[in-house]
Parts: sequence; C-alpha cells; structure tokens
Amino acid sequence: MAARRDAPEPPDFGILKRLARDQLVYLLEQLPGRKDLFIEPDLMSPLDRIANVSVLKQHEVDKLYRVENRPAPSASEQLCFLVRPRVRTMRYIADIVNADKMSGRSRKYKIIFSPQKFYACEMVLEEEGVFGDVTCDEWSFYLLPLDEDIISMELPEFFRDYFLEGDHRWINSVARALQLLNSLYGPFSRAYGIGRCAKMSYELWRDLEEESENDGQGRKPEIGNIFLIDRDMDYVTALCSQVVYEGLVDDTFRIKCGSVDFGPEVTSSDKSIKVLLNAQDKIFSQIRNEHFSSVFGLLSQKSRNLQAQYDRRQGMDIKQMKNFVSQELKGLKQEHRLLSLHIGACESIMKKKTKQDFQDMIKVEHALLEGFDIRESTSFIEEHIDRQVSPIESLRLMCLLSITENGLIPKDYRSLKTQYLQSYGPEHLLTFHNLKRIGLLTEQSPGETLTAVESRVSKLVTDRAAGKITDAFNSLAKKSNFRAISKKLSLIPRVDGEYNLKTPRDMAYVFSGAYTPLSCKIVEQVLERRGWQGLEEAVRLLNGNEFAMADGAAEDAGDAQRTVLAVFLGGCTFSEIAALRFLGKERGCRFIFLTTAVTSSGRVLEAMAEHSA
Amino acid sequence: MSRARADEEEYWHSSKFRAFTFDDEDDELSQLKESKRAVNSLRDIVDDDDDDLEKVSWSGEPVGSISWSIKETASSSSSLEGRDISLQKGSSSYALPKQVSSYSLSSLFKGRNRLPSLSSLSDAFSDMGVKNYAPELRRPKAEYKDYSNDWSPRDTVRRMQRGKVCSLERFRSLQDKLVLLDEAVAGHDGNVITAVLIFLKRTLRREILFRELEVRQVALCHLIHFLKEMGEQKLLLDLLRFLDRTEEVALSQYREHLNIQDVEKKREFLKGCIGLPFSAEDTSHIQDHYTLLERQIIIETNDRHLEMGGQSEIFRKYPRKASILNMPLVTTLFYSCFYHYTEAEGTFSSPTNLKKTFKIPDKQYVLTALAARAKLRAWEDVDALLTTKNWLGYTKKKAPIGFHRVVEILQRNNAPVQVLQEYVRLVEDVETRLNLATKYKCHDVVIDTYRDLKDRIQLMAYKCKVERGSAEEEKINSLLNNTQIRWKN
Repeated sequence: MAARRDAPEPPDFGILKRLARDQLVYLLEQLPGRKDLFIEPDLMSPLDRIANVSVLKQHEVDKLYRVENRPAPSASEQLCFLVRPRVRTMRYIADIVNADKMSGRSRKYKIIFSPQKFYACEMVLEEEGVFGDVTCDEWSFYLLPLDEDIISMELPEFFRDYFLEGDHRWINSVARALQLLNSLYGPFSRAYGIGRCAKMSYELWRDLEEESENDGQGRKPEIGNIFLIDRDMDYVTALCSQVVYEGLVDDTFRIKCGSVDFGPEVTSSDKSIKVLLNAQDKIFSQIRNEHFSSVFGLLSQKSRNLQAQYDRRQGMDIKQMKNFVSQELKGLKQEHRLLSLHIGACESIMKKKTKQDFQDMIKVEHALLEGFDIRESTSFIEEHIDRQVSPIESLRLMCLLSITENGLIPKDYRSLKTQYLQSYGPEHLLTFHNLKRIGLLTEQSPGETLTAVESRVSKLVTDRAAGKITDAFNSLAKKSNFRAISKKLSLIPRVDGEYNLKTPRDMAYVFSGAYTPLSCKIVEQVLERRGWQGLEEAVRLLNGNEFAMADGAAEDAGDAQRTVLAVFLGGCTFSEIAALRFLGKERGCRFIFLTTAVTSSGRVLEAMAEHSA
Repeated sequence: MSRARADEEEYWHSSKFRAFTFDDEDDELSQLKESKRAVNSLRDIVDDDDDDLEKVSWSGEPVGSISWSIKETASSSSSLEGRDISLQKGSSSYALPKQVSSYSLSSLFKGRNRLPSLSSLSDAFSDMGVKNYAPELRRPKAEYKDYSNDWSPRDTVRRMQRGKVCSLERFRSLQDKLVLLDEAVAGHDGNVITAVLIFLKRTLRREILFRELEVRQVALCHLIHFLKEMGEQKLLLDLLRFLDRTEEVALSQYREHLNIQDVEKKREFLKGCIGLPFSAEDTSHIQDHYTLLERQIIIETNDRHLEMGGQSEIFRKYPRKASILNMPLVTTLFYSCFYHYTEAEGTFSSPTNLKKTFKIPDKQYVLTALAARAKLRAWEDVDALLTTKNWLGYTKKKAPIGFHRVVEILQRNNAPVQVLQEYVRLVEDVETRLNLATKYKCHDVVIDTYRDLKDRIQLMAYKCKVERGSAEEEKINSLLNNTQIRWKN
C-alpha cells in the first residue's frame, strides 16, 4: 500500500430521513381530519428515529396505539394503520372493520404498508370481506440511517424469510433501496457481489435502473463501489462471541435501532436510561471499535482528563469562572454523564461474562475455529447444555462445531440433541429441524455421498422438465467447507508471541487476533484485486454466484472511488462493521454499511425457533 | 486506532500489554472501579439540572418520543376500556362467517367480477381509485399507457413488480400459466411469485399444481411459506404428502401443539403425534414429550393440593414460584429433587423414577440433584450423592461431573468452609485445587497441598494470608520446623 490517505468523509444521509418523513406526512394528509394511528411494534423504533409525536399531531393524529392482539378502544372516526405487510396484521385489521360493520358503525380506514404492500395481504383483505372498505398506501421507507456510516432496512425477518423459507419477497425492497441510494449518491461505477440473493438483488436493481430515466448523469458521485454479500456465505463470523465494545454491548443489552436501554444495573439508580449510540457520542465513538481489553484503559484515561478539566476551577477568578460555567460546563457535564454510563456498562458486562465462564467459552470457540481439541470442545458444549446455561449459547456453540466440522458425527448429533431437548424443552425438536434445513446444524451422513444424491435427482430431471432443478442442487451442495476456506484465505493469523490488541495489525483483532472474519476478508480481497481473479478456489468452496461489474464510464480516482457501500443481505454484526472500519482506515477508504438489519448470534438463532401463532 | 493514542496510553497506564482475561475480575474491575469513583466524585459538582439532556419518562423513553406516547395511550385508555367492552358485547355474540374457501382475487388482479362484463380498460381506471397515491421518487413516464390487456407474461411480471395492478385472468391454458410462473421466478420478486401462485392455486386442480411445482423448487418454497403464513394446514399437509416429505408432514403436525393452551388437550394431542411418521430417533423424543407432560399433570395436581393444604413442610417453607407444567425435563428433575427427593421409586414424582423413565444419564442426574440439594443446604444428601460403595463395602467419593464443578455449585449456594473443604481436597488437578482452595479460603487444603508438593517458599508466603495466631498459622509453623520433610526449595 502506498502512503496512507485519510478515508473520505461519509456522505450526508440525513436526506434519507427527510424523504421518509415527508412521504409519511404526505400520506397522513391523504386522510384529512382527526384520526387515530395504529403502529406496528416493529415500526415504532424506526419511526422514532425520523419523526416525533409533534409531527404526527400536526397532521391531526389524535391517539397512538400499538397493533397487537387485542381489540382497540379507539373512538375516532378515522383509523390509520402503519404496518409491515403481514397476513396476521391484515386479519387484525379486518377484525376491527368487521366488528364495526356488525355494530352498524361506519368509519374510514387506511392501511399504510411499509416498505411496500404484498399481494397476499390484499388477498387476505379481500377474503375477509373488507377490501374496498379500507384504502391502502405504501410508505417507501426502505432506508433508516442509524449512524453516519450505517444504514439499516430494519427488516430482521429478511433472514428467516429468505434463508430458511426460501421466500424472495424482500428482494424487490433491496433492489429499490439500491435504486434510491444510486440515484442520490451514485452512480455506482463498480459492483461486486457473492451469493444467490446478492446476484438476484443486483439483477433486479439493474432491471429497475434500466427503465427509469437516467437523471444521475453528470452529477458527481459520492459512492463509487458497491459490494453485496449474502449472510450464508459466512455464518461462522455471525456466530462468534463478540469482543469489540459495540458488539459486546449488543450481545449483552441488545442495541435496538441504534439505541440501547441501560437498566438500573448500569445506571446505578432505579431507572433505565435510553441512550443513542452513534458517532455523536464522543465517548462511545472512541471505544466502540476497540477490543474490550483496551476499553478500560481508555475510559480511565477519559475520566482523568475530565477530572483535570474540572480541577482547573480551583485557581479561577470570578471572570474566568463565569466563562467556564457558560462555555465549558455544559460539554463537561454531557461528557460526565456518558462516561459514567459506559463505565457502568463495562462493569455490568464484566459481571455477566465472568459468571458465564466467558473465558473458557472463548477458548473453546478458538479451538473450534482452528480445528483442534474437537473432543474436549464437544464435552464442554455437553456440560454447558447439562447445566442449563443459556439455550442460545448452547445452540451457538453447537452450530459453530457443526459448521467448522462440516456437520456433527451422527453419534454426537444424537446425544447433544437429546440432551438439549431434555434441558431446554422438547419443542426444540422444531428448532433442530430448522437449523438442519438452513445448514447451521447438520449431521454428517457417511452413507450417502453428494454424488449419489445428484444422480438420483438428475434422474428426476430427465423424467420431468429439465433445467428447473438447479436450485435443488444448490441446496444439496450447501456444505460449509469452512476448514478449506479458512486455509485458502488464511483466516487464522499466525502469531508469534502475543497478539497486540491495542494497536492491531489486521482485522482479526475483532476476535482477539484468533480469526479474521470471513465476510470481511472476502471484501478486502476482492477490492484489492478489483475482481475475483485469483480467488477461484475460494469461490468454488463458497459455492459460487460471484460477480463483478464495472461501468467503464467513471474511472477517476476521486473520493467516490474510495467509498464502498457494503451490502449485507441477511444482516451484519457490529464485529464485521468494526473490522471493515479498521480496514478502511488502513487503506484510506470509507465503508458505508447497508444491512437488512444489524444482527448477532442471538438474533440469528432466535429466528430459527418456532412460536405459537 | 491511532498510534498516538496508544502511546499516550502507555504513558499513563504504564503496565505493559498483557493478555486480557475476563477472569481477572480483580485487576480489570479495580481499574473500572477507580474510574467510577473518579467520575462519581464529580457528581456533586455536576448537579442534576439536566437542562441539556433529553427528558426521560419513568420507563426510560424520551418524553415526546412515539414509543413513549403509545405507552401513555395504553395506560390512559384503560379507563375507557370498560365502556368499550360493553359496546362490544353486543356484537361479539354474532360469529363472523369466515369466507374460508373463497380465494377470489377479483379486485386484486382485476378484470373480473366487480361488474360482470366490465372491460379491463375502465376497470383499470376504477382501480386507480384504490391504488397508491404515494409520491414515488421517480414515476416512470410510461405509466399512463398501461391499460392494454395484452401484456406478455414477461411484461405482466414486470408491471406487477412495480406494484401495478394487472389482470391474470387471461392466462388460461396450463402452458400460459406455467410460462407466467417461470417468468415470475426469473424476475426474482417473491411478492409476484406468490401472487401468481395464488392465481394458480385458484385456477388449477391441486394435483396438477403440485406436480408442476415439484420441478420448480423456488416456486414450491413460496407456496409452502404462503400456506404456512395463511394457516392453511390441510392443504400444506396434502402438498407435503404429495412430495413424499413424510418427516415434514409429521413435524408440521407436531408444531400445532404450540397453539394449544389447555394442558389436557395438549396431552391428548401429543399422544396422537406419537404415531406420526417421524424418524425413529424423533419418535422417541415425541414419546418422551408426551410422557413428560403426562407426569407433570399428575405432579402438578398433587402438589397444588399439598401446597393448598399447608400440611407439607417443604411447600410451606419454600412455596412454589411457578407451576411445573410445560417445563423441560431437567427442570422437572430439579423440581422433583427439591420437593420429592426421598420418595420411593414407585411414585411418579420421585427423582429415581424420572431418571429411569427418561434414561437420564448419571452425569446429568448428579448435576441436577446436587444443585437442588445444595440449594436446600442439605449437606448430608450431597455427601450421600457423591459416595459410592464398591463390592468390598469400602466407600469412596466419586463425581461424574468433576469435583471442581461440585465445589462451584456448593460455593454458589454458600456452603460452609468445612463442607467446601472436603470437596476442594478431592479436585484432582493440583493447580485447580490450589486455585479453588485459595479463592475460597480452604486453608487446610492449601497448606496440605504445598506440603505434598514440598514447596517451602509458597508455604511461607501463604503464612501471611492466614490469621495471626490461628490454628492454620500454627500448622504452617510446625510444618516449616519439621525436619523430616525434604523441601524442594
């Protein structure tokens, strides 16, 4: 690498919020007069980030309700529903409308779907006999900027819908999101990607692009590259324990839509505090990407500095004091508040992690990643299950074992599964089935090799219409090959002596120097080579579906060429974000993250459970 | 991660880089505590007129945020509820006839049904009334010539992808329908694929639809997901049976138990699940699930009775926090070890009976029983649990889970040092034993271990950790003065 350049500043994504707010206001005005607004719980936090109650009140929203499974006490003449396109919600609304009809009451109803409506929803409205009684609109709220470099689609269900159920319903939303970003910050002159969903999203986006007028011509692009990657290219990274601060905070407290609820154990008072975590928080922005071990040092340094600032008061005369109070005190107070919150959070994390044998767990994880002591790791997991330690953690370790070993040997699979069901409940039989389908937790099958299955399926193909069966093949070929990929891309760094976590030399620091996140490594390699040349073997092991497109027109070396939109389909973790931020700093480029939702091992695994309807 | 900052940090925090461990509670936490003290000491300077801070309500939501207002509505509306409930009473006696079998898509894919002979052109206009007033960012100019009915399958799919209403009724031959479906799949938009499938489902006999989907995996996934979401269980099962996916048929039926609240009904339902075509392994899991719930129902009935009667001491001393129904097996075992430990094997609630019925491994059993008895501070039970007799009648302590775990469990339940000591002594690995003994102040064990290791220096160093003039100190002194021992240092 040549001399280090500073990474370009991220573009201003504030406009995305304004667009979303303006459109919502426009839609509310379509229902003039006073109205009650029913909001889908999943949409509340995102809505909070772009509008507040007074905006809604200005547009004659009277009362706010949560869409939930019980009758609403609203007395308004006009009801407006702000919802995700879901069958369940449609039935809820239909029940309200039908109850009104039965009691001879007539009101106006309006459903606003976000980010788009589905045909199946309209079908339900029709079936329930309320089509025509309600009007439908779409609020194209695809993109929520969570931070200066993170944009979320806030669609956690994307993961299960696509990767488990094989439903392509959100691909159109992704394509539209790309279209919007391209029109505002593009044109993107280079596009790379890997994964089936990445490819389909790219194709659908290009398709949309072709028919829209090219008003982007002549404008100076701010983002020049995009990289799309499917979550199933790399489950390992998503399953590892996070040890950078932001990741730990997410794993411990669950960051929701860019903010976190710190409970009494953190605030050392009797109330919880909701804190926005982003680049505006001066303390947080300095520790978010750090390995946890460096965080204490940084925090004590901060608190000493703060103390020194306050101590300056001692020698002040009245006039200086006045200055101090009017100019500095406010900032110091803010810093003080944030500092004590993050210290409290660290304490709480330490307490929880110590209780959970975190150290031993990390050791096991590292052993799994490197592929040694498999027996010991298996018995560690077994004990973890027997002691009824967290069900999600047990599952997480089992999945890591499975992916790194290309499936569990049948004997282990049976016994771990049995013990799991005994410890956490027999209904998890369904969870295991889902995990098997998605490929997170599988059983090695010594008898039936892939080729045997292939020949059986290909017979089927000749019997029936040929050529339609490729997908079946794809799912059969879903083997993780982690060990081989890891070797090929040198994901396990060779360390002589201690890995220096405070001034790291590569992205592996986000996992204590034990493992470089596969997803980020792929991004790094492809950007470096400006394509997939030389990565053929890795691509083959990842099961292909890679692409690289260059638009010959733009080829300047401006900031746009050093700005990369990294699109994670199925979610990305804070560890991956930290790793790519690090890479960006090293290489003088800027990564912008577009994700269907921020994810974590907990969220991935919880999405695999079955719940009552 | 700037280098400058790292240097700066080196300066004030001059201890060299060390391997970080989450176990180092003392060191790292003391650093934290120090920072915390520093920050807290500033608190009285920084008074609490949080003028620049967000106003936060009791629940922690910023006042004025939407989430906060909704909670407000919820609490303030409770007074209204009374009135509204009475309003609803009148209407709730009518059960709404659900149009279960009407899959008509008339107004969705228009050109049908509103008025018998409505041509597509005017229909398109009338439908604009319902459709989309949302401002699009860029609305294609071509939109207004969209009334023609002769869209090719490809164009039909493209129009639907863009959210436009489109008639599917002209795709009447099987050939046309399949071309349309394949185009939808090729267009990558799941919403459109599902829409086409809804149309196909309505206009094709199910065997024909199933047959065609068998070779169209993507479309098949969409139909299955759609049926799941709609709760069309019967059709879903037919489809899975047609595809010979017997295991999925079984799982899909078993899944329904999640929706059954009543335990008696749930038990009956699970009984019916035992015969479903699961794999041999899963069949035994289902059998266990049924047996477990059956047991829990019996135990629950008895124990509730006992608890209400107030005669049983254990229930009076430790009232139950929750019912045992629907809990996992291990939790049930814990419960039974807690409340029914001494019962004979013949009763359903006895631990030994559970162990036998569900073939609970020894390790799991000991772990759970230990936790339960330690919680009750029944140390003799703990002792008995870990004691085995060999064929000669000698007794020996044995812990299938390892004595370090035993110690951990006992310690968590505040076992007295005398009890703890006994098991710390049995920890095989010397280093672990020393660590645990030091941590929990089992002085005797530490002293004996150093003696066995002939480590004079460590023993001398340990002297300052025990109390002045205590028996332990005396013991150390006498050991150090013992000329019989050949110290290694």
